[in-house]
Amino acid sequence: MADLKRTVFYDLHVELGAKIVPFAGYEMPVQYPMGVLKEHLHTRSDAGLFDVSHMGQVILKPKSGRYEDAALAFERLVPVDVAGLAEGRQRYGLFTNDEGGILDDLMFANRGDHLFVVVNAACKDQDIAHMRAHLSDVCEVIAITDRALVALQGPKAEAALEGLVPGVAAMKFMDVAILPWAGVDLWISRSGYTGEDGYEISVPEAQAVAFARALLARPGVAPIGLGARDSLRLEAGMCLYGHDIDQTTSPVEGNLTWAIQKARKAGGAREGGFPGEARILRELAEGPARRRVGLRPEGRAPMREGTVVYAGTEGGEPIGTITSGGFGPSIEGPMAMAYLPATLKDGDTVYADVRGKRLPATLAPMPFHPTSYKR
Amino acid sequence: MTMKYTEDHEWLRVDGDVVVVGITEHAAEQLGDVVFVELPEVETMVAKGDDCAVIESVKAASDILAPLDGEIVAVNDKLVDNPGLVNEDPLGAAWFFKMKIDDLSVLDQYMDEDAYKDLIG
Repeated sequence: MADLKRTVFYDLHVELGAKIVPFAGYEMPVQYPMGVLKEHLHTRSDAGLFDVSHMGQVILKPKSGRYEDAALAFERLVPVDVAGLAEGRQRYGLFTNDEGGILDDLMFANRGDHLFVVVNAACKDQDIAHMRAHLSDVCEVIAITDRALVALQGPKAEAALEGLVPGVAAMKFMDVAILPWAGVDLWISRSGYTGEDGYEISVPEAQAVAFARALLARPGVAPIGLGARDSLRLEAGMCLYGHDIDQTTSPVEGNLTWAIQKARKAGGAREGGFPGEARILRELAEGPARRRVGLRPEGRAPMREGTVVYAGTEGGEPIGTITSGGFGPSIEGPMAMAYLPATLKDGDTVYADVRGKRLPATLAPMPFHPTSYKR
Repeated sequence: MTMKYTEDHEWLRVDGDVVVVGITEHAAEQLGDVVFVELPEVETMVAKGDDCAVIESVKAASDILAPLDGEIVAVNDKLVDNPGLVNEDPLGAAWFFKMKIDDLSVLDQYMDEDAYKDLIG
């Protein structure tokens, strides 16, 4: 595995018995001895600790010192209301391209006098270059390379973290805070990628392993690998960049219109002004031709990424493709996401070609498993 | 009763005049949690190397190949309702299918337990 990077937790993963796989240029734990299925269920019943240090952490520091200046500059790149985000709050965002496709999805937070942005591992180098190219007139774009990132997710996450970092229990879903632990600042948000209540915590690398060990010593906390991270996010109806959304899919096709606030839509205070606005505003007004939907296969057979979908049991041209699919341990059955004609609605049946057989699947609302955020 | 092993990590066990086929502990462990099993139809004639069952874990789908020419005479329907049995008892309760073959000596081409253990290191 030459050229692959390791996070600061690599030795801890190995010590904990992880099976390591290459992912987004890193050697990452795909599972621990508990196994994917039990890790998934453990996160839903107790708490799971995930190493997400491969993701990119970036600070956008306005030269003027005013949040609003960084926010308005950032709005050039995302079809999202950044200026209207309150201090201490986080929001989901998307970098779009000139064709209205999605370059990456991300989280950003208003931290008073600057923006804190977290982007996907596989996209972070181009995201940072993209921000430097378009924001450097207004902001300093600072890639944070000396901090690790972990996620603590599940119903026991609050008690586990509150025991180490008093104050986190008072945070609400999508709040951010900087709180001390062992003499260092933790950058904490109440958010995640599992549909569970929980936190994402940025910690200086020098203290990261000690912090992870302290969390693992708390009641109910177990290490969880990328395998369960994927089935958890899919049950929660969340997109995996490069699979469910990419440079060819618009936010409207991706069923992410909820991420485009009123201020950036037609008639809004800061209408348009983001890459691909022509296509995105048109699709918002007229509706897209295709849309990302949830599918529940009728039998037990999982329908995997790349599976072709048809309208009927025989003949006809494909009407779409599955972009993520697998087995949902909490819903005890298969689940998938697909891009299908926008004329279809929940409850309609389509047929996916699984090993030469067309098996029925029903369009179903997402999330497949209910979320449990602390709002 | 001796077991034979294939390079595809299947085990074969002679039981009277039929051969019982399953996957090895090593295979079950490598696959991870099994969530779906599709079995062949009884009374199907298969040729060695044919895809004749499907096993899906949380990670991926894999084919189970017919290890011999012959007829499928029984399948283990319990796996369809409880795929996790493959992880719990791969060498016992989680057999996949039984085949009737003309000449049991064709089993000699496959590895014994020691040779299989060498293969998986």
